[in-house]
Amino acid sequence: MDTLTALAHGFSIALTFQNLGLALIGCFLGTIIGALPGLGPSNGVAILIPLAFTLGLPATPALILLTSVYYGAMYGGRISSILLNIPGDEPALMTTLDGYPMAKKGMAGEALALSGIASFVGAFFATWGLVFLAPQLVKVALLFGPAEYFALFALAFATLGGIASRNQAKAALAAGLGLGIAMIGVDGQTGVPRFSFGEVHLYDGIDFLVAIVGLFALSEVFIFLEHRGTTKATGDASGIKLGRLTPPWSMIKQTAPTMARSTVLGFIAGVLPGAGASLGSFISYSVEKRLVDKHNTFGTGDPRGVAAPEAGNNAAAGGALVPMLALGVPGSGTTAVLLAMLLALNITPGPLLFTNNPDVVWGLIAALFIGNVMLLVMNIPMVSLFVRVLLVPPRYLMPAVAMISFVGIYGISGSTFDLMVMVGFGVLGWLLRKLDVPLVPVILGVLLGNQMEANMRRAMTISDGDWSALVSSPLAIGLWAFAFFGFILPIIGGRFFRSKLPRTDSEADPD
Amino acid sequence: MSDRILGGLGLLLAVFFIWQATLIKESFISDPVGPKTFPIIIGVLVGLSSLAIFLKPDDEPEWPEFGRLFEVGLTIAVMIAYAYALPTAGFVVSTAVASAYLSWRLGTPPIKAALAGIVIAIGIYVVFHLILGLSLARGPWGF
Repeated sequence: MDTLTALAHGFSIALTFQNLGLALIGCFLGTIIGALPGLGPSNGVAILIPLAFTLGLPATPALILLTSVYYGAMYGGRISSILLNIPGDEPALMTTLDGYPMAKKGMAGEALALSGIASFVGAFFATWGLVFLAPQLVKVALLFGPAEYFALFALAFATLGGIASRNQAKAALAAGLGLGIAMIGVDGQTGVPRFSFGEVHLYDGIDFLVAIVGLFALSEVFIFLEHRGTTKATGDASGIKLGRLTPPWSMIKQTAPTMARSTVLGFIAGVLPGAGASLGSFISYSVEKRLVDKHNTFGTGDPRGVAAPEAGNNAAAGGALVPMLALGVPGSGTTAVLLAMLLALNITPGPLLFTNNPDVVWGLIAALFIGNVMLLVMNIPMVSLFVRVLLVPPRYLMPAVAMISFVGIYGISGSTFDLMVMVGFGVLGWLLRKLDVPLVPVILGVLLGNQMEANMRRAMTISDGDWSALVSSPLAIGLWAFAFFGFILPIIGGRFFRSKLPRTDSEADPD
Repeated sequence: MSDRILGGLGLLLAVFFIWQATLIKESFISDPVGPKTFPIIIGVLVGLSSLAIFLKPDDEPEWPEFGRLFEVGLTIAVMIAYAYALPTAGFVVSTAVASAYLSWRLGTPPIKAALAGIVIAIGIYVVFHLILGLSLARGPWGF
C-alpha cells in the first residue's frame, strides 16, 4: 500500500494550478509535435528542454511539462498517419497501414477516435505498470555496486544497438562516438583536461543539450532541405472528410481484446532496454495480425489494425519510463532526452531518486495520469483543431524549428561557440542518418559516458586495480551475459525485427 | 563506397583518439585506473566497429545530387553566419534574415519567404522574450 500512498501524495503535488497548466500546455504542444511530420517526441522534447531550463522551471514542473509533451506526441503521431498516410513520427508508422485505408473508406473520424481511445488505454495501463514495476526495480537496483552499474551501462548500449539498428557495427560505432564525446573536458576524478586541445571552451566538456538539439532537431532541417520539392514531406489533408468522431460501440467491443494484448506487449517492449515505442507498435501490430487476422483484412482498413499499434506505442512510452526512472538507464530515444533534462537539473535518476526526490517521481507519475485524461479529451472532440495545424507547410515550419533550437541553446549559455558546436552536431546527425548509423546510442554515450567511466574506476579503486572485480558478483555476470547475447543474437539470428520495417530517412526520431 | 569511407574515417578517428589518450597528462593524485584507460577502451571499440563497417559495408545510401549537397552546405554557412551575427546584429534582425533564407530554400517564393522570416523572428521575440522573459541576443537597437 506504500505505493498507493506515495501516488496519492504525488497527486497532491501535481494538482496545483501551475502544474495542471503545464501539463495542459505540454499535452497540447506534444500532440502538435507528434502530428507534424518531421517533428517527433525526441526532437520535440529536445527543443523544449533548453527552453524549460532557461525559463528556470524547478524540476517537477519542468519534468511534468516535458513528459506531457512525450505522451502527447505519442497521441499526435497517429493523426497524420491516418489522414495523410505519412507517419507523424516513427512509432506511428504502423498506424498508416490500416489507418489510411480506413480514412479512404470515409471512416477517418472513426479511425481517429478509435486510435485515440486505444492510445488512452495503452498509456493508462502502462502508467499503472510504471507505478508498480518501478519500485520493484528500485529494490533490485539498490543491490547494485559500481561494477554492476558498469555492466548495466554496457547492457544498455549492447541491446540498444541490437534491437534498434540494422547493423551492429554501426550501433557500436555510434555508442563509441557518443562515449568519446563525453570524454572531452576535465576528468572528474583527477582534474586533468582530456581531449580539449588547449581550447578553454572545451574544458567543461560538450554540453549534452547542445549535442541533442543539434543531432535531433537541426539534422531534421537538413533532411527537409534535401527532400525539398519531393512529395515525401508534404501531404494534403484538405480532401479528407472527418465524418463522425465517435466510433460505434460494436467497433470498440471488437477491438477491446486487441487493445488489451497490445498494451501488455507494448509495455514489455518499452521496459526492455533499447526497445522503444517503435518496437512496441511494431510487435503489437505483427502479433495481432498473426492472431486475429483470419480474413486478411489487416492492411485494408481493419479497426483492429489501428487499435493495436496505437495501444502498443503508448504503452511502450510508459514502459520506457520504468528503466529511466528506476535505474537511470533510458530504454529509448525520448527517455534518453528526458534523462538529459534530469541531469541538467542536477537530479540523478536511479534508485536513490525514489528516496531522495519522491516528490519529483510521484508528482510526475500523477501528472501522467492527469495528462492522459487531458489528451483523451483533446484528441477526440478537438481533433479537427490539430488537423488544421497539419496544413502548415514544412517550408514555414522548419525555419521556425531551427530558430527555436538556436534560441534555446543561446538562452542557456549565450555563447556563439555553443551554437557552432550545435551546427556541427546538426551536420554530423544528418550524415549519420544518411549512413544509417543510429543516433540514439550517440546521445546515450554522451549522457552516460562519464558515469560509466566513474563506475568502472570506482569498482577498480575498491578492488585496488584488480580487473576481475568487474565480473565478481553473480548479478554482474548476469548483466554481462545479457549484454553479450543482446549484442550477438541479432547478428546470428538474422535481423529479426528491423529488416521487416521499411527503411525511412526519418528515423532520427526513434520514438 | 560510403560505408568504406565511414569505416576508414572511423579507423583514423580511433587511432587519433587513442594517440591523444596516451598524451593525457597524469596528475599526482590518481586512482588505480587513471584517466587514460577508459578513453583507450572507447578508442578500441570505435576502431573495431569501424573495421567491421569497412570490411562489410551496407548498401549505398541515396545521396542527393551535387546541387542539393551544395545547398545544404550553403545553409550550414548561413547558420554559422547567424551564430556570429547574433551578438552584433541582435536577435530580431539576424533571425529574420536567417529564417527567411531557410524558408526560401525550402521552396517558398522570395517575397513570402521574407515575410515569413519577419513573422517568425517577431513571433519568437514576442513569445519567448516579452511573454516568457527569456534573454535573447541584444543588438545595437536593443532587440
